[in-house]
Amino acid sequence: MTSMDNSIDERVKEMSGFRRALLRPELGAGIGAVFVFILFLTLAFDSGMFAPAGVLNWSTVAAQFTVIAVGACLLMIAGEFDLSMGSMIGFSGMIIAILSVPLGLPLWLAILLTFVIAMALGALNGWLVVKTGLPSFIVTLAFLFILRGLTIWSAILFTNRTLISGVGEKVPGDPIAWLFGGKILSGLFVWLAERGVIATFTQGSRAGQPVIEGLPMVIVWAIGLVVFGHLLLTRTKFGNWIFASGGDSQAAAYTGVPVRRVKISMFVLTAFCATVLATCQVTEFGTAAADRGLLKEFEAIICVVIGGALLTGGYGSVIGAFLGAIIFGMVQQGLYFANVEGSLFRVFLGSILLIAVILNTYIRRIITGEK
Amino acid sequence: MTVPIIELRNVEKHFGSVIALSGVSFDVRPRECHCLLGDNGAGKSTLIKIMSGVHRPTKGDIYIEGERHEFDSPRDGMHAGVATVYQDLAMIPLMSVSRNFWMGHEPEIGVWPFKRLDKAKCDQVTMEEMRKMGINLRGPDQAVGTLSGGERQTVAIARAVYFGARVLILDEPTSALGVRQTANVLASIDRVRKTGVGIVFITHNVRHAMAVGDRFTVLNRGATFGTADRGKVTAEELQDMMAGGQELAALSESLEGTI
Repeated sequence: MTSMDNSIDERVKEMSGFRRALLRPELGAGIGAVFVFILFLTLAFDSGMFAPAGVLNWSTVAAQFTVIAVGACLLMIAGEFDLSMGSMIGFSGMIIAILSVPLGLPLWLAILLTFVIAMALGALNGWLVVKTGLPSFIVTLAFLFILRGLTIWSAILFTNRTLISGVGEKVPGDPIAWLFGGKILSGLFVWLAERGVIATFTQGSRAGQPVIEGLPMVIVWAIGLVVFGHLLLTRTKFGNWIFASGGDSQAAAYTGVPVRRVKISMFVLTAFCATVLATCQVTEFGTAAADRGLLKEFEAIICVVIGGALLTGGYGSVIGAFLGAIIFGMVQQGLYFANVEGSLFRVFLGSILLIAVILNTYIRRIITGEK
Repeated sequence: MTVPIIELRNVEKHFGSVIALSGVSFDVRPRECHCLLGDNGAGKSTLIKIMSGVHRPTKGDIYIEGERHEFDSPRDGMHAGVATVYQDLAMIPLMSVSRNFWMGHEPEIGVWPFKRLDKAKCDQVTMEEMRKMGINLRGPDQAVGTLSGGERQTVAIARAVYFGARVLILDEPTSALGVRQTANVLASIDRVRKTGVGIVFITHNVRHAMAVGDRFTVLNRGATFGTADRGKVTAEELQDMMAGGQELAALSESLEGTI
């Protein structure tokens, strides 16, 4: 191909490798992740943060962020927000608990029904946004309050409390609950413990067992969703439609992209992701609390923005959002390991968000050639 | 005489009590650039929306290669080979040229559920088509935002032609462009015309129209003054017809002929 194309336009400036690398949405988050890693390696190396159990601890937190960040990321690239994600986490968890404990349904049925309800609500969110043409910011802000209110109200209606317990007893033996609250590869960790790679408990009821029981399913979900989201976005026709819908919905519609369908399905995906996280929490803790998922919508959005996505849509990366979630998890748990006052976490969060947004604006100018 | 690809006969369009078009006939033949001139509000947009199937005419008929057709939606228009390139809505700046080019027509390989974008084909065809139009890209991944306005129009034109347009409607493609970029777009029009596509070039700039037009139709207040062939009409006459003659002549005099 290049043999035919030897006429180089003198007006097209060669881009330096550095500038070209800057245009990859993941770059900033990648550097940030390495920086945070090194920071805590020096700050908290002796604290056990980088021992197997410590790594598992912050990886699990990062995985929780990742699960919701993937949904928020694809939705943001499609040009919309979902501020009701956090409320959806509380709501889904509560519905699972209500269906299975006071109403006595089998847990697997409760989980499946909850997924159906949550995804239908996600579709309703999306339908309202595309139908009315209102900003998703307002529509989903309404759902933030509606869902949270319904969660508290329904919990009190059925049990007179805002925390429903008793789900835990139904987890053993349930055909699908382990998919969310279970742990895999326990055999591997026993094997590793036998060879002294990881420590074992020396006292208590679990003496002799490895300190790591297994890999929590939330980590498996996180990895699965990242792979799915990344392939969907970059390797499929639908991915191109996601970019197009967020980049300029009118132009996309003129070329035949089903913009409404794309946007609604991304709202359904965020509801799905929120419900995955809710189900993991409920099946692991055995309880549902009405205040779960508080502020998670913003944390998801922050992960996505740190990951290089533009708030205005049309640009971003799932891998970036994943790196954003890793930074998030590492810092939140790392401050604890490093014995730093936990409230500083929010200071960090605000600062990094600001830096990320400023950086993204700069990158956008390079891409679009604006001054 | 060649059969027109698309022909409108005595088309009227009423919006409630407003008569947007009162009996307009217009046709496009292969290998020609038919310029549609008119001032703002003359009915140009309504006419092209009828041609592309967005609006249905209140009265009058549409013929595709001599056969009567009814357009119920823009999709029908696309099927008949009518493609419209809108000035502001042609391209998405944040996306790459390749992704923009294939938007809505993405080729796929593999079997469900493992169907994926045929990226190699996307990139190769895009580079080839862009080269034909005289645009040198750094690569297929170059963002459209880095292209000039004229180049963006050209990409949109190339895209429409590649996906089978037989009639290409260009809605004021040069109105926001500089001299050099306008020349690029006019050159693209000429290239496309030579491949056998019929072009409707909408503009209110007589000089741009004279540069590439084969025939000229002027719309004024929903009616046409008929169609003139190249060489049988002067720029001044077109300008006069667009503005409705008299008033402009008076104004032109007071401005010493600078309009």
